[in-house]
Amino acid sequence: MKPIRRRFPWAFLAKRVAYGALAMLVIAIINFFLLKLAPGDAAEALAGQAGTADPAYIAQLRAQFGLDQPLLSQLWAFLVRLATLDLGYSYVFNERVSVLIFSRMPATLMLMGAAIVIAVIGGIVFGVTAARYANRWPDRVISFVALLLYGTPPYWIGLMMILIFAVTLGWTPTSGMENVLAFNTGWDRVVDIAHHLILPALAQSIFYLAIYIRLVRAGMLEVLSLDFIRVARAKGISERRLSYRHALRNAVLPLVTVVGTNVGNFLGGAVLTETVFSWPGVGRLMFDAMFQRDLNLLLSILVLSSFFVIVANLVVDLLYAIINPTVELK
Amino acid sequence: MDRVKSLASAILRDWMMLLGLLLLATVFFMAATAPFFFPQPPDTMMGPPLQWPGQYPGAPLGTDGLGRNILAGLFYGAQISLLVGFASVTVAMVFGILVGAFAGYYGGWIDNLLMRVTELFQTIPQFMLAIVVVAVLGPSIQVIIFSLAVVSWPAIARLVRGEFMVLREKAYVQGCIVVGMSDRRIIFTQILPNAMSGVTVMSTIMIATAILMESALSFLGFGDPNVTTWGTMIGMGKNNLRDAWYIMTIPGIALLLTALALNLVGDGLNDYLNPRLRSQRGQ
Repeated sequence: MKPIRRRFPWAFLAKRVAYGALAMLVIAIINFFLLKLAPGDAAEALAGQAGTADPAYIAQLRAQFGLDQPLLSQLWAFLVRLATLDLGYSYVFNERVSVLIFSRMPATLMLMGAAIVIAVIGGIVFGVTAARYANRWPDRVISFVALLLYGTPPYWIGLMMILIFAVTLGWTPTSGMENVLAFNTGWDRVVDIAHHLILPALAQSIFYLAIYIRLVRAGMLEVLSLDFIRVARAKGISERRLSYRHALRNAVLPLVTVVGTNVGNFLGGAVLTETVFSWPGVGRLMFDAMFQRDLNLLLSILVLSSFFVIVANLVVDLLYAIINPTVELK
Repeated sequence: MDRVKSLASAILRDWMMLLGLLLLATVFFMAATAPFFFPQPPDTMMGPPLQWPGQYPGAPLGTDGLGRNILAGLFYGAQISLLVGFASVTVAMVFGILVGAFAGYYGGWIDNLLMRVTELFQTIPQFMLAIVVVAVLGPSIQVIIFSLAVVSWPAIARLVRGEFMVLREKAYVQGCIVVGMSDRRIIFTQILPNAMSGVTVMSTIMIATAILMESALSFLGFGDPNVTTWGTMIGMGKNNLRDAWYIMTIPGIALLLTALALNLVGDGLNDYLNPRLRSQRGQ
C-alpha cells in the first residue's frame, strides 16, 4: 500500500504559533502581576542586600529601575525586556538571569530526555507484557507495581535509591553530574556523566513509568480486541509479532500526546529530582532561588519553562500528525 | 437503600477497594486521635536522639536527630496531609466545575475563552507554579491549599466541560429548556448530578496528587514552618541518610500508603460508578 503523502500543514503551524505567542504573552503578564503582588519590590530587596534601609537610596533605586512609573508603562517595559530576553540581573548569584538559566538548561534537558526515554520504553515493554497476559499473574504483578509507583513520592524514591544503590551497594555516585576533580575529557567524561545520570533519571521517570504502563496496557487491550488483529492471528502471525508490530503501533499513539502534555510536569519534577541529587540544572536553580528569595529569578524560570512547554507541545502536535496521517490538522 | 446495598456488595467483591478504604480509614483514625495519643506537640523532644525503631520504649518507631517521636510525627502529619489534600481539591472542584459547566453548557466564545485560559494553566509547569505562589504569598497552610487548588482545577474543568457537552444534547435537557427552566437550574440541578461520577473519581485521585505535592513542598522546606508534615520529616531525615535511614523511610511509606489508598478507592469508585468501563481494567 502506498503511504498517503500530504502537504506540510503550514496553516496549522501558523495558527499554533500565533496561539503559542499569545499564550506566552498572557503568561508573561500573569508573571508581572505575581511579582507586583509580592511584598516589597526589587529596590527594597536590593537595598536590603546592600545592608541599608535609607529611604533616599531606595527611592533612587526605584527611579533607576523605573519602579516609580505607572503600572502599565512598567508592564510595557517588562514585556519589551522579556522579548529581548533581558530578564534582569541576579544579585544573589552575581550573574545575568538569562545567562544563569540558559547555562543550566542542558543539564535539565539531559535529565528530562533520559527520564522520558526510560518511562516510554519501560511503559511500552511492561504495558505490552501486561496486556498480553491480561488478568494472569504477570499482568497482576505489573499492574500492582504500577499502582504502587503511581503513589510513590518521587523525591522519596530518589532518596531510597541513593540509600540502596549509592550508599549501601556503592554502584553509583550519590549526587552531582560529574566528578569534576577527575578532569575527565572526551569519552571518559561522557561515561562519567552517564554514570551520574542513571539514578536521577530513574527517579524522575518512576511516576510517568506508572502512568505509561497503565496507558499502554489499556490501549493494547482495546486494539487487541479489534478485527484486524483477529485476521492477523488467523494468518498465523506469532503472538509476539502481533503485539509489538501490529497492535503496538495503534496502541502507542495516545502515548505520544500524553508524553507531550507531561513535558511541563517533567520540568516541575526536575525541581525535586535535581535538589535530591544535586543535579546542576534549572530545577536546582529554582530551589536555590526560592531559598535565597530571589523572586525575579524564580519567576523568570517559571516563564521560560512555560515557553519551553509551549514549544514542546507544538512539536508533539506536529510529530503526532506525522506518525498518524489520519489526524486532521485544524 | 438498594444503592447502599449494591455499593456494599461491590466493595466486598473488590478487595482492592476494600484495602484502600481500610488504609484510608487508618489515616483518618491517626489524624483524629493524634492529640489523644500524643498530648505533646510533635516537635517536642521526647527522648534521646536517633533511637532506632523498637530501641526506645517511649517511641516505638524511633526518634529523629532531635529526639522527636517519629510515631507522633506520623499521627500529626496525617492531619496536615488530609486537610491539605481534601481542602485543596474541594476548592479546585468548585472552581473547576463552575468553569467547565459554563464552558460546556454555553459553548461558542464562552467555551473558547474559558478553555484557552484552562489550557494556559495546564501549560505552566504545575509544581513550579505552586512554588511561585507560595513564594509570593508566603508559606502557610492556607496559601499551600490555595496554590495546590490553582494547579489542580484545570483538569476538573476540562472533564466537566466534556461531560456537559455530551449531556447538553440529551433529550431530557432539551425538555428542561422547553418547559422554560432557567439555565442556572438546568446546569446545577439537571446536568451536574449526572456529570458528578467522573468528577468524584478524578477528585479522589487528585487528592492523592495534592497530598504528594504538599509533601514535596514541605520536603524542600517551602511548607508551613509551624506544623510537622510527612514531607518535612523526610526532609529532616535526609540529613541522616547514612546513619539513620529509618527517619526518612517511615514517613515516605506513610505517604505511599495514603496515596495508594486514595488511588485504590478511586479505581474502585470508577468501577462502581461507570460499570460499562469495567472491562478496561480487566475485572
